[in-house]
Amino acid sequence: MTQRTGKRVFIKGNEAVGYGALAAGCRCYFGYPITPQNEIPEMLSSALVEAGGEFVQAESELAAANMLLGAVSTGVRAMTSSSSPGISLMQEAISYMAGSELPGVIVNMNRGGPGLGDIGPAQGDYYQSTRGGGHGDYRTMVIAPSTCQEAYDMMIEAFDLAYKYRNPVLVLGDGIIGGMKEPVTLWQPEKTDDKVEGWQLDGAKGREKRLICSLFLAEGALAQQNRHLLAKYTLMQKEARAECFMTDDAELVVVAFGSMGRIAKSGVRKLREAGHKIGLVRPITLYPFPTDVLADLAARGCRFLTIEHNTGQMVDDVRLAVRKHADSDFFGIMPGDMPGAEDLMAPMIDALGRK
Amino acid sequence: MALYQDVTMAGFGGQGVMLIGNLLAYAGMESGLNVTFIPVYGPEMRGGTANCTVVVSEDEIGSPIIQRPKSTIILNQPSLEKFQPRVEDGGVQIVNSSLVDTALVDTQRIRSVCIPANEIAEQVGNGRMVNMVALGAFLKATGVLPLEKVQASLSHVISAHYGHLIPKNAEALKAGYDFA
Repeated sequence: MTQRTGKRVFIKGNEAVGYGALAAGCRCYFGYPITPQNEIPEMLSSALVEAGGEFVQAESELAAANMLLGAVSTGVRAMTSSSSPGISLMQEAISYMAGSELPGVIVNMNRGGPGLGDIGPAQGDYYQSTRGGGHGDYRTMVIAPSTCQEAYDMMIEAFDLAYKYRNPVLVLGDGIIGGMKEPVTLWQPEKTDDKVEGWQLDGAKGREKRLICSLFLAEGALAQQNRHLLAKYTLMQKEARAECFMTDDAELVVVAFGSMGRIAKSGVRKLREAGHKIGLVRPITLYPFPTDVLADLAARGCRFLTIEHNTGQMVDDVRLAVRKHADSDFFGIMPGDMPGAEDLMAPMIDALGRK
Repeated sequence: MALYQDVTMAGFGGQGVMLIGNLLAYAGMESGLNVTFIPVYGPEMRGGTANCTVVVSEDEIGSPIIQRPKSTIILNQPSLEKFQPRVEDGGVQIVNSSLVDTALVDTQRIRSVCIPANEIAEQVGNGRMVNMVALGAFLKATGVLPLEKVQASLSHVISAHYGHLIPKNAEALKAGYDFA
C-alpha cells in the first residue's frame, strides 16, 4: 500500500536517492564527501535533520561505515553513500555487517577506476558489489537504478529488503545516474517501520542480554553461521528482477544494467525500427542475478550480447545463466570514456551480422 | 512522429548554459513530456567550455547522452569548434555571433542561426542574459516548446534571491525569439 502524492519534481539522481531515503524513513546518515555523489550528503545534511534524523559527516569512509554498523544494530533505518574508492574503504564494515546480519543500506555512485580513476561514470565495481566486496564468504543484495525515478523507488525498496533479510543492501548507480536530472514522482510508502524485536540492541533492561557479532569461535559455530547465511542467500534469489524490452520474438538479446541499460535501449529501439529482431534484458537486481529470465531466453534459442561500462564483469553471470544453451558476446566501454547510443549500437549491428 | 528533440548547449563557464538547460528541461516536464538533463564535466571545466545536453521527448528517453545532437546552442568560439562537427546533418545550430567568427559557421550542412546575443542582451538591458537570448532563438528555430511555457518556468529554475530578474529574463527570451 502506497500513497502517491503525484508531486513531480525535477531533480538529480543523487537528490532522488536522498528523497527516497527520507520517504523510506531513514533516520541516520553517515558519510564522507566524494564526487560524483556529493548531492546526496548535501541534501540530507539539511533535509534529514529537518525530518528529525541524524546527519554525521564522518572523519573518513572507514568511520562512516562503522557508524552505520552501530546505528543499524539498534534497529533504526540508516545509510551511507560514497563512490568507488570510498566504497573500497568501507568493505571491512560491510563484511562485518554481513557476518553479523545487519541491515545497512549503502549507495555507490560508481566512478572510473582502478585506484582514484576519474570522476566520470563507470561500472567497474560490479564484481566488488556482487561478490561480497570484503573478506569472507558473503553476499550483499545489489540493486541498480537506470533512471532518477528508479533511484528514488529503489531506496525505499533497499531499506525494506535490508530489514526483510537482515542483510546489507547496496544500491549501485554511477556518475550518469547521480548527475543527470529527470522528473521524479515523489510517493510515500505506508509502512516504514521494521520488525526488529528479538535482535536489536536497545537496552537490556528487563530482558535477556543480546549479542550481535561476526566472531564465531565455538566448535561448529562458524560453520553453522555460514550454513544459515547460505540458506538466507538462497531465499533471497526470489527477489531477482529484470526489465525485458522487446524480448518476445528477439533473436539477439542485449544484456546491460543501470545507465548502460537505458543507453542500450535507445540502440535496441532504433534497430527494431529498422526491422531487426533484437531485445534487451536489463538486470534490476544484480545480486540476486536474474538467471532464470536469461536461461529461459537461452532455451528458446536466443543469442546474447552483454554490454558494460567496464572490461567484462557481469558477462560472467550472463554466461553462467545461459551456459546450457548459449554463450554471450561482450562489448565493453572503457571506464574513462563516455558512451552514447551510437557507441552501443555498433556492437549490436556486428552481433546481428554474425548469426 | 512523436515529438523528440535533443540539444547540446555549450559556452564558457559562467555564461549560463546549465541554467538554460535546466529551464528548457523544466518547461518540457511542465508540458507533460519526458525530459533528461545531463551536465558534462571534464577537464575542459578548467577554463574551457561548459556543456550540458537536454532531451525532450513524448516517448520514454533511453540515452541522456547524445553524440550527434539534432541541435546545439553555441555561445563561444571553442564550443563551435568542438560541437559543430557533431551536429546531425540538417540539424539546427544557434550561434552567438557576438563571440564567434561567423566565417567558420557551417550553413550548408546545418541550419545555422547566427544571433548577436551579447548585443541583443545589452539592448534588453542586461548583458549577462546572453543565454536567454540564445534559448529564445532556439525555441523559434526548432518549435520544440512554446515561448510562453518556457517563460512561465523561469520562476522554478531561478532562485528566489534573483526573483526580481525574472521579468528581464523573460524579455531576453522574447528578444531572441523575435530575432530568429
